[in-house]
Amino acid sequence: MTAMATRIQERASGPSFLQTFLSRHGGMMPTFAAVGILLLLFVGAEIFLRGDFITPRNISALLLDNAYLLVLAVGMTFVILTGGIDLSVGSVMAFSGILGAKLLADGVPAVVAVPAMLLGGAAIGLMIGILVQYFDVQPFIASLAGLFLGRGLAYVVSLSSIKVEESSLLWLQSTRIRLGDWYITPTGLIALGTVAIAAFVLHLTRFGRTVYAIGGSEQSARLMGLKVARAKVGVYVISGLCGGLAGLVLTAYSGAGYPRNGIGTELDAIAAVVIGGTILTGGRGYVIGSMIGVFVYGTIKTIISFMGAEQSWMQIIVGALLLLFIVVQRAIVARSEGRR
Amino acid sequence: MPADTEVPPIVEMRGITIRFPGVLALDNVDFTLRPGEVHSLMGENGAGKSTLIKALTGVYAIDSGTIAVAGERRTFHTAADAQEAGISTVYQEVNLCANLTVGENVMLGHEPRRGGGIDWRATQKEAARHMESLGLAIDPRSMLSSHSIAIQQLVAIIRAMVLEAKVLILDEPTSSLDRGEVEQLFEVIRDLRSKGVAILFVSHFLDQVYEISDRITVLRNGTLVGEHLIEELPRDALVTKMIGRELEDLATLEKSSHRAIDRSGTPVVRAEGLGKRGVLEPADLEVYEGEVVGIAGLLGSGRTELVRLLYGADRPDAGQVEVQGAHAKVHSPRHAIDQRISFSSENRRAEGVVADLTVAENIVLGMQARQGWVRKVPKKDQDAVVAEYIEALGVRPANPQALVGNLSGGNQQKVLLARWLATAPQLLILDEPTRGIDVGAKADIQKKVSELSSQGLSVIFISSELEEVLRLAQRVAVMRDRRKIGELDSTQVDLDGLIDYIANAGEGSAA
Amino acid sequence: MRSIWRHRLFWPVVALLTLIAVNSIARPNFIKFRVRDGELFGAIITILRDSAPLMLVALGMTIVIATRGIDLSVGAIMAVSGAVALTIIDNSGDAGNLGVVLIAVVAALLVSLVLGVWNGFLVSVLGIQPIIATLVLMLAGRGVALLITGGFITTVNSEPFSFIATGYLFVLPFAFFISVAAITVIGLVERRTALGVLTEAVGINPEASRLAGVRSRGIIWGAYIVSGTLAGLAGILYASNIRAADANAAGVFIELYAILAVVLGGTSLNGGKFSIAGTVIGVLIIQTLDSTILFLGVPSAQSPVFFAIVVVVVVVVQSPRIRNAIGRMSRSRQPKAAAVEPPVEDKQKAEVTR
Repeated sequence: MTAMATRIQERASGPSFLQTFLSRHGGMMPTFAAVGILLLLFVGAEIFLRGDFITPRNISALLLDNAYLLVLAVGMTFVILTGGIDLSVGSVMAFSGILGAKLLADGVPAVVAVPAMLLGGAAIGLMIGILVQYFDVQPFIASLAGLFLGRGLAYVVSLSSIKVEESSLLWLQSTRIRLGDWYITPTGLIALGTVAIAAFVLHLTRFGRTVYAIGGSEQSARLMGLKVARAKVGVYVISGLCGGLAGLVLTAYSGAGYPRNGIGTELDAIAAVVIGGTILTGGRGYVIGSMIGVFVYGTIKTIISFMGAEQSWMQIIVGALLLLFIVVQRAIVARSEGRR
Repeated sequence: MPADTEVPPIVEMRGITIRFPGVLALDNVDFTLRPGEVHSLMGENGAGKSTLIKALTGVYAIDSGTIAVAGERRTFHTAADAQEAGISTVYQEVNLCANLTVGENVMLGHEPRRGGGIDWRATQKEAARHMESLGLAIDPRSMLSSHSIAIQQLVAIIRAMVLEAKVLILDEPTSSLDRGEVEQLFEVIRDLRSKGVAILFVSHFLDQVYEISDRITVLRNGTLVGEHLIEELPRDALVTKMIGRELEDLATLEKSSHRAIDRSGTPVVRAEGLGKRGVLEPADLEVYEGEVVGIAGLLGSGRTELVRLLYGADRPDAGQVEVQGAHAKVHSPRHAIDQRISFSSENRRAEGVVADLTVAENIVLGMQARQGWVRKVPKKDQDAVVAEYIEALGVRPANPQALVGNLSGGNQQKVLLARWLATAPQLLILDEPTRGIDVGAKADIQKKVSELSSQGLSVIFISSELEEVLRLAQRVAVMRDRRKIGELDSTQVDLDGLIDYIANAGEGSAA
Repeated sequence: MRSIWRHRLFWPVVALLTLIAVNSIARPNFIKFRVRDGELFGAIITILRDSAPLMLVALGMTIVIATRGIDLSVGAIMAVSGAVALTIIDNSGDAGNLGVVLIAVVAALLVSLVLGVWNGFLVSVLGIQPIIATLVLMLAGRGVALLITGGFITTVNSEPFSFIATGYLFVLPFAFFISVAAITVIGLVERRTALGVLTEAVGINPEASRLAGVRSRGIIWGAYIVSGTLAGLAGILYASNIRAADANAAGVFIELYAILAVVLGGTSLNGGKFSIAGTVIGVLIIQTLDSTILFLGVPSAQSPVFFAIVVVVVVVVQSPRIRNAIGRMSRSRQPKAAAVEPPVEDKQKAEVTR
């Protein structure tokens, strides 16, 4: 009786714009918060550093310096949206990078080496996905195996760093497409392209919607007849592929493959995704948010190096920020559960 | 309108047998479902209703027998297979995604596409059209989680319609709905029936079964008892078929409601103005020594909320509790247990048993928690207590080392009862202790409550089955809309009177 | 006899014995002991000694995992603990003084305990998922350690401090005694008191345990405190061994090896039933495997590949899919859903209304 009455009432009075907006887009709030923090960081840095922070050069460099992390964060977003986690991305990136550098150094043409890097990443992702989906292994443990495997294989390829001489790869980094003082490199374009493709897949394909549905309730998704197995394996393959791509970007950026690259980078990627408003239990979040998260991360890093502070502050601040976001998310989730 | 028997059936299950380790879950069961009928599947817990549904929806593989849908023999391996064949299921715990919009939940997996991507505008329009056709006018772009369970259930049914389901299985859809919401659901069901959809309905509420069904199939212990048209099967006959014997176990139970209670002294426990904003309006409650106080009211009326506040499971923001006349701080279950108050939750599996521990460990858990972790209850004492209660309550299997998760609902409930009795409480709060358990266990538990209260234990007894409340309790507190509306002496009121009071008291026609 | 190979420690023990057998055959030196200056040496002794930090961390991890949690911050806590201890010793100006070393060790343990309190607070009071809650410290902890050491690798030359990891007591390494003491204390506390079974109850069903009167918050909180403190002790061992506080290298990946040890020992990551003995065996398997890989001449940097293979094999063998397949082979056949759901019909209302 009561429900019916309230429902009619609700329609009679007509929900306000704000109510409608909140009932439709409440899940976006954490992402808006991330945008807020990014703006706050920009403004704060601009004031404290007396106006030479927000410059075209700095902003352009932000994308350039963090392109690899952006690519990783995109892959991580897929995984976290299903409620999983992928610890392997840093190692996969290192493996892919050193594999590419080695192949190129051995005279393999780039048209072969680059696909090999991507496939290498995707293969590790596939292994993780199969373990998670078909052997009921927790994502944490399965991707832990991926982490060990990627790191070990990186050292198997080479114990030391390998310089890249291949011009087409270096071109990705050295080319600067300029617009006034602004510039973007092909690696930056790759990263932005990855974001765009991911946004398309997540919001405009059934695969993408299945990813969200699994994060909401895997059992429901299965009972609704969605292709859960395919999507669950798929997100890890995508994350592995992104790991491979990040290896390509990082190798181009640093001009070398190095098996020690990306130790702990998986944590940075997870932190960026969470700061960008994706909820770790899955089902809520946006890949655009992850991009914002990466920029927040990169901006903090830039500010710290501007201020000449020790890099150890970086870890502490990112940790604190992560904590802040987690507590906020926790409050949001608790509230939305309370409403039901 | 009852469907004509001449209509060719949409689902024909013949000779279905399913075996689990040590159990014959279904033994050669036939089941027929015809288009345009509402067909109720009835049986006690453990009769095989769920197993039969799961066989039909591809969740369980059948050991022998055949399933034909629209005359064609089918084997389903997954829920998706069954859906493709036009069989959709709506479960009691809504199986949708709360993180997505209403419209998306309706259309998920069937969104119209354009130019390689989902056409959201068309998707929302399509969803709105389907919702309109069943009379649900809510914003398809609002989040599913912002709606009540009743609405979510309707959304699930609408989704089934998008899949063009020819068979709709409703598994206990009404258990968390209020009266008005049930009416609304039934309207939708009637509408679907008139469109030729075959509906398989499962509910524990006999009234609802008789209100909506055209036909009833009764199962008992995994075997088919019979299929009947609703008008040919009176209620008592149905109950007899379900249970397989007259209700003798329950009928011969000694009533404890007539026992005289001395209320002149100090109550064992007394709550004054106990409440919490948005959860329960401040309410008073007193329980005297040896008294059984029933709490009656519909689901969601605040009866569970009241006892949870009393027990400290949730924290009250108003009122106080007195134990034996002295003010007592009860802010957590620990405090309550220190005051020798015990509470058995209505949610046996999530809030009661610890499934992966043994029967013995579960029984001892309460005692051990009370003693603290440092002093372990000696093995000898543990064994003695466990043996005593397994015997006294008739826990089956009588194996202290069996994992509780493998026991039936009734036996899990007995283990919980044992856990609490072992802590020697002065007040025992039982929230729906007999829900979803078989008649034998039900009788055992009622008998035990009656017996213990005659020995001086105070009990608060909550149940949806009002007969049970009236049989056990000397006094009944009635709740409605998160408020206590009154108290009745159970010798002064009969079942109809109590129902009337729950429904109407305070609105002019109080009992 | 079936009951023996169904025992949950059966496979871990078989794995360990196999490793030892393979090693003994491949390099007879493996099982040889030498006595020098009243101190025992040999490959097995080295394994026992070197496994001490991992043993401590894995013991704490076992308790945390039993509560259905996980502690990712142990490596970072090791780094902090080492940094605290060495900074105190370094600043004291009297590195060889036993009193100074004792103060340094106690201070480091206290700091680790506080970090454990922090983790436990996030998990048990704020209700944050354990992976995430401890991720915070995992990220920030090394930064804190770097701040303490001023960004440098602090090295000291302190006899008493080095003794912790490299010294000998009654012919056996001192570190080994620390291991054994930790195992004994944890084992006794968990199994002689009711803490073990209450921890399991909390891990299996936190809400039911709370309503049963178990102080679940305290038990969960305590688990993180124990884990943090043991990690601190491991950090001291690590620093003592290399005579330096290296904030970037101390305890890197140890959380992963510790989790692996717990899983190898048959404790499920889903919480609940746990086995201290299993974890001990798990640690020994990892350390022996590490020693084997080293013996094979594989660069230690490449050893993760082997661990990856071990993880995959273990989780695949433990997976329901494979278990069911084995079960089907040994018995007749099972319904496909029996492993997922017991065939007891029991309608429980999903708690959606509250």
